[in-house]
Amino acid sequence: MAEIRVENLQKNFGDFVAVKQSSFTINDGEFFVMLGPSGCGKTTTLRMIAGLEMPTEGKIYLDDEDVTFLPGSRRDIAFVFQLFALYPHMNVRRNIDFPLRIQRLPRKEIRQRTQEVAEMLRIDHLLNQPVGGLSSGDRQRVALGRAIIRKAKAFLLDEPLGALDAEFRDLMCEELLLLHKRVSATSVYVTHDQVEAMLMADRICVMNNAEVLQIDAPLEIYERPKTKFVAGFIGTPSMNFLKAKGSLAPGQSEIEVNGVSVKIPKTHESLDNAEAIVGARPEHLSLGDDGSLRGEVFAIEYMGARQMVTVDTEAGRLKVRVPNTIKVRYGETVGLSFDSEKLLVFNPETDKAVNSTLFDGAIS
Amino acid sequence: MTAAPDKAFSVGTVSARSKLIAAILVTAYALVAVIPLVWILATGFKSPPDSISYPPKVLFQPTLEGYVNLFTSRTRQTPEYIKSLGPPKTWYDELARKRNMVISGPSRFKDRYLNSVIIGFGSTFLAVFLGTLAAYGFSRFKVPLKDDLLFFILSTRMMPPIAVAIPIFLMYREIGLSDTALGMILLYTAVNVSLSVWLLKGFVDEIPKEYEEAALVDGYSRLQAFVKTVLPQMRSGIAATSIFCLIFAWNEYAFALLLTSGQAQTAPPFIPTIIGEGGLDWPAVGAGTTLFLLPIVIFTVLLRNQLLRGITFGAVRK
Repeated sequence: MAEIRVENLQKNFGDFVAVKQSSFTINDGEFFVMLGPSGCGKTTTLRMIAGLEMPTEGKIYLDDEDVTFLPGSRRDIAFVFQLFALYPHMNVRRNIDFPLRIQRLPRKEIRQRTQEVAEMLRIDHLLNQPVGGLSSGDRQRVALGRAIIRKAKAFLLDEPLGALDAEFRDLMCEELLLLHKRVSATSVYVTHDQVEAMLMADRICVMNNAEVLQIDAPLEIYERPKTKFVAGFIGTPSMNFLKAKGSLAPGQSEIEVNGVSVKIPKTHESLDNAEAIVGARPEHLSLGDDGSLRGEVFAIEYMGARQMVTVDTEAGRLKVRVPNTIKVRYGETVGLSFDSEKLLVFNPETDKAVNSTLFDGAIS
Repeated sequence: MTAAPDKAFSVGTVSARSKLIAAILVTAYALVAVIPLVWILATGFKSPPDSISYPPKVLFQPTLEGYVNLFTSRTRQTPEYIKSLGPPKTWYDELARKRNMVISGPSRFKDRYLNSVIIGFGSTFLAVFLGTLAAYGFSRFKVPLKDDLLFFILSTRMMPPIAVAIPIFLMYREIGLSDTALGMILLYTAVNVSLSVWLLKGFVDEIPKEYEEAALVDGYSRLQAFVKTVLPQMRSGIAATSIFCLIFAWNEYAFALLLTSGQAQTAPPFIPTIIGEGGLDWPAVGAGTTLFLLPIVIFTVLLRNQLLRGITFGAVRK
């Protein structure tokens, strides 16, 4: 078990910057999820922690030991690959005990530990089968088995559920979490799927364009995104963004959206732009005749207990999540009101959220 | 409403008639391809008069004379002298004496054949061994000027080998490699290594690098990871490449004719020199050719499963 510390990590591939000056600490025993769109540098970061890629700059510490340029084989870290990387020419047992065989342990111990791991993953009946005929779930388990048998300091998982179909993914998510609780090892999990990240993470690290944007607990990330990208990336459907008149003074708690005054959490800092962007999640909007902003219903999607209503307003097309008891018709003109306490204001030039009372009491 | 077709069919299904036509064509081609082989095989078992009779004999009394002639050298003697030798000691003595011949010793065919085996398999092993390492290197590592190097390796194949035969002959004579098995092995390896690097690089490229990376993280060294994870998956590629290399080295005629004579001569330049009484001894040539064909046939049959997988590699993803 170990703490992983990354300091000013940078990776360039020629002129292309894959990871830019990233620093963060992954706590001992934490389930740390790195989330971002493909190509954002999350996998490269993971590969540098694993020792499969050498950083251009920066340091990586494993329990205060500098491992930055140590080859992967000497870091005592286990890696689960997206496509499992099971060896087709070996059976399940051979695949699982593969990491132990290089350690020249007594044969008896290898057998015993393989058996334990297989039982934990409920694949002990498959030990002598070739990996070729396994279902994707069992392949996944074999890959996990190969990772946990070493009792390594940390587990790195690179989109391990990406190759599974949706239904099965949820099940494996749960299994992974249970396994994590049982082994309680530091885990770094890379994914582009925000649902997976929300479901499993102790903390989520959101990356985009080679940069770390925010590291926080899932709920914090959802409710208090620090940048417009994080706000838009997390949540389905994504947050509504409305253009607003800029220039806010500290302590201001109103902003003008399309000529209508909207209440916002009291700001702590000023904003001196001509424009600002107001962010509101679909559930932070509601329909009502008294709403300050008016628009025409453009689409209605029923989602069981709730429905998603898309409204065309002069400030843009907005998605509203309302209970299905509210009856609306296409083309109907409705008023929209905001859940003012939850609204975010972004600076369109820096993409950063304007600090306000919403961020009071935030963990970081 | 139109009537439904009698039989539902899918686009991929082949009709019975198409299958029949295909079968006929394949059989016809196989017959055409196999006739020369059968002819060689049959000639090896014919007696010398039968082998040159016109019209050619399809049915004949099989005899091992050709094989005996291939492996022995004989001298012609008078019947009186042969009688004075007493009864023949072995069946092949008897065969020779029927033609008024006495076996005087073994021929050089065995040595030539052994040369072929040593040079053919030796150069194949070397070419595939070097090719495997080079292909792995080119596929996995950042090699400076990679594309140029690969092109350079390929370009050694662009000229017919015989175009460089004279310079090689002169060089070999200077450094004492001419007419040695080592010289021929090096030469065939040099010719084959380009093919081997290119073929094998394709195979290595197809193997996801995660396999080695998993091993690397698990505590294996680069070489151990290569041996444990990549090499087993390259089996079919190595098999296919080996066959191509072996076929070239085994059949090569021009270099062998030019660069070898007494010591390291291989079977291809030797077989046509088997002279019998009054011209070529066709049954012996047939026998020699048959024996010469065997190793390739056996090698290919042994590796045919690997070969098939190798040739269709990449067409179907696992």
